Amino acid sequence: MGTLATTRARWRRHPLAAYAVRRVAVGAVLLMFVSMLVFGATQVLPGDAASAILGRSATAEQKEIYRKELGLDRPLPTQYWSWISGVVQGDLGKTLASRDPVTSFISVRVGKTLVLALATLLVLLPVALALGVWAGIRRDRAADHVISGISLGFIALPEFVTGTLLIASIAVSLKLLPPTSIIESGQSPLTSPRILVLPVLTLCITAAAYIIRMIRAGVVESMSSDYVQMARLNGVPEWRVVVRHALRNSLAPTVQVLALTVQYLIGGIVIVETVFAYPGLGQGLVQAVIARDIPTVQGVAMLLAAIYVVINILADFVVVLLIPKLRTSQ
Amino acid sequence: MIAVAQARGGARRLQFLRAWSARIGLAVFLFVVGVAFLGPYFAPHSPSAEPGIPFSTPSKAYPLGIDYVGEDVLSRVLFGGRTVIIFGALATLLAYAVGGAIGLLAGYSRTLIDPVLMRAMDVLLAFPPILFLLVVATTPRGQGHVALVSAIAVIHMPSIARIVRTAALETSVRGYVEAAVARGDRTHVILRREILPNIWGPVMADAGPRFTVSILLVAAINFLGLGPSPPTADWALMISENRIGITINPWAVVAPALLIAVLTVSLNVVADAIAHSLGKSLDVETLRR
Repeated sequence: MGTLATTRARWRRHPLAAYAVRRVAVGAVLLMFVSMLVFGATQVLPGDAASAILGRSATAEQKEIYRKELGLDRPLPTQYWSWISGVVQGDLGKTLASRDPVTSFISVRVGKTLVLALATLLVLLPVALALGVWAGIRRDRAADHVISGISLGFIALPEFVTGTLLIASIAVSLKLLPPTSIIESGQSPLTSPRILVLPVLTLCITAAAYIIRMIRAGVVESMSSDYVQMARLNGVPEWRVVVRHALRNSLAPTVQVLALTVQYLIGGIVIVETVFAYPGLGQGLVQAVIARDIPTVQGVAMLLAAIYVVINILADFVVVLLIPKLRTSQ
Repeated sequence: MIAVAQARGGARRLQFLRAWSARIGLAVFLFVVGVAFLGPYFAPHSPSAEPGIPFSTPSKAYPLGIDYVGEDVLSRVLFGGRTVIIFGALATLLAYAVGGAIGLLAGYSRTLIDPVLMRAMDVLLAFPPILFLLVVATTPRGQGHVALVSAIAVIHMPSIARIVRTAALETSVRGYVEAAVARGDRTHVILRREILPNIWGPVMADAGPRFTVSILLVAAINFLGLGPSPPTADWALMISENRIGITINPWAVVAPALLIAVLTVSLNVVADAIAHSLGKSLDVETLRR
């Protein structure tokens, strides 16, 4: 009991560490449930995977061999256990298409997806943050109406529609940029940055609308707060009110917005890579789904879900770092 | 709560139409829905007849040209709007029916459903919606209409259930509910007559954004080729089918793309106006992770 009490006391002295440990533990449990969902959805739902993949013409023997290959003949908990213990050790199984390890399928593609995501963030963040803040401080003026109106429209556009319309106008009619972003195997997307422009632009249009609307809401809220009123009444110049009081207090929400943007990109990239035939992880995932390549889909889905969860934890942690009072209030 | 009370007052139900943008949005939305549902009666050709040379440019007989297998683009555009709208609406309705029922029970009975609901929500929030739909589409029977509609409903369900639960929890301690319990009304009567009418406003405030997101998800899945298969006419599917011929007959791609764009944008403008007139609501950006 004595040691327990001292441990507790030590945790209390390091609330930040305690918070981090708790958040990571919750994240791990969450990922376990996600893994059950990913595994369960692909293995438990009704229907016979072997006949779905091999087609109706497959003989009973072929299906039997296939089931053995996938381990479908074993009881479900055993299947899950052998899969999840592999996942934890970094072994995601083999793709059905080429019999290569799923991990090498991922490593070939993940770099290209990262390049696309980072290029998007680099273009997106400064522009979208600036527009969001501008709309927020000029609330209900012309600039706000234009920015908010356009972003309300853009947020509802599906990425494949934006991408297709950009291809039709910029690539096909004006012939300014290539209509597809195919990369030859072994090449890096950075050797021909032109192919990145349209995919990045497509992602930016939806994601910028997303960021602008959230940042605007945050700035509008802090601009109408008591401390901003107080600063104004004290005669503080308006630019100083905005920079020192309103924006500083929008800092924590901005971290959340960044996290949500990256999470949005994970889903958006799947579609945009398919639209532009960009050979990244998202396009590979879609092809695996169409081919019903279960091990590949499970592996990529787990990876993307893990990134999603880690980003959430990181964002929460940074917010707690920025706002000290949250450290102890839980 | 005040906004909700106002919204239920008869004449104020159309309050959202005061903004001119909402009026235009509604008119455009109704026009696109009209094209989708009445279009088939005006189509000059069958959507699956193959009268022309693939990717022929527009002519008098075929105003939008010919698609990748020789079908009339205009006729397919007029036939192809129903799937996204119907499945989007069905998914949203199903989400409200099931999510609402679960939330009502959890909030009113305060049972074990509550923690289960919260964890289910956490797990679904650890997933981009499109990734969830892709995982479902990998399953043996995961590529049908039923699977798609149910999967989209599942994405919405936990958050609807939580909103309904919170509202029901607040309402269930009110005097009129306790009076109904005291006079011996049965549970389903109390839920229907006392609780449901009083939580309707906050629950329905984000129905519009949810409908928009459902349509976006159905369209994305159809575009990826995991929805209806050819020769079914569908705007999203038409875009991916005809993409290879975009330099020869761009209309086969641009026409359906523009219609989807106009549909989702006008719907979101209307949804936003309705949500504002009802008070607090979730936006598309929070639902469209």
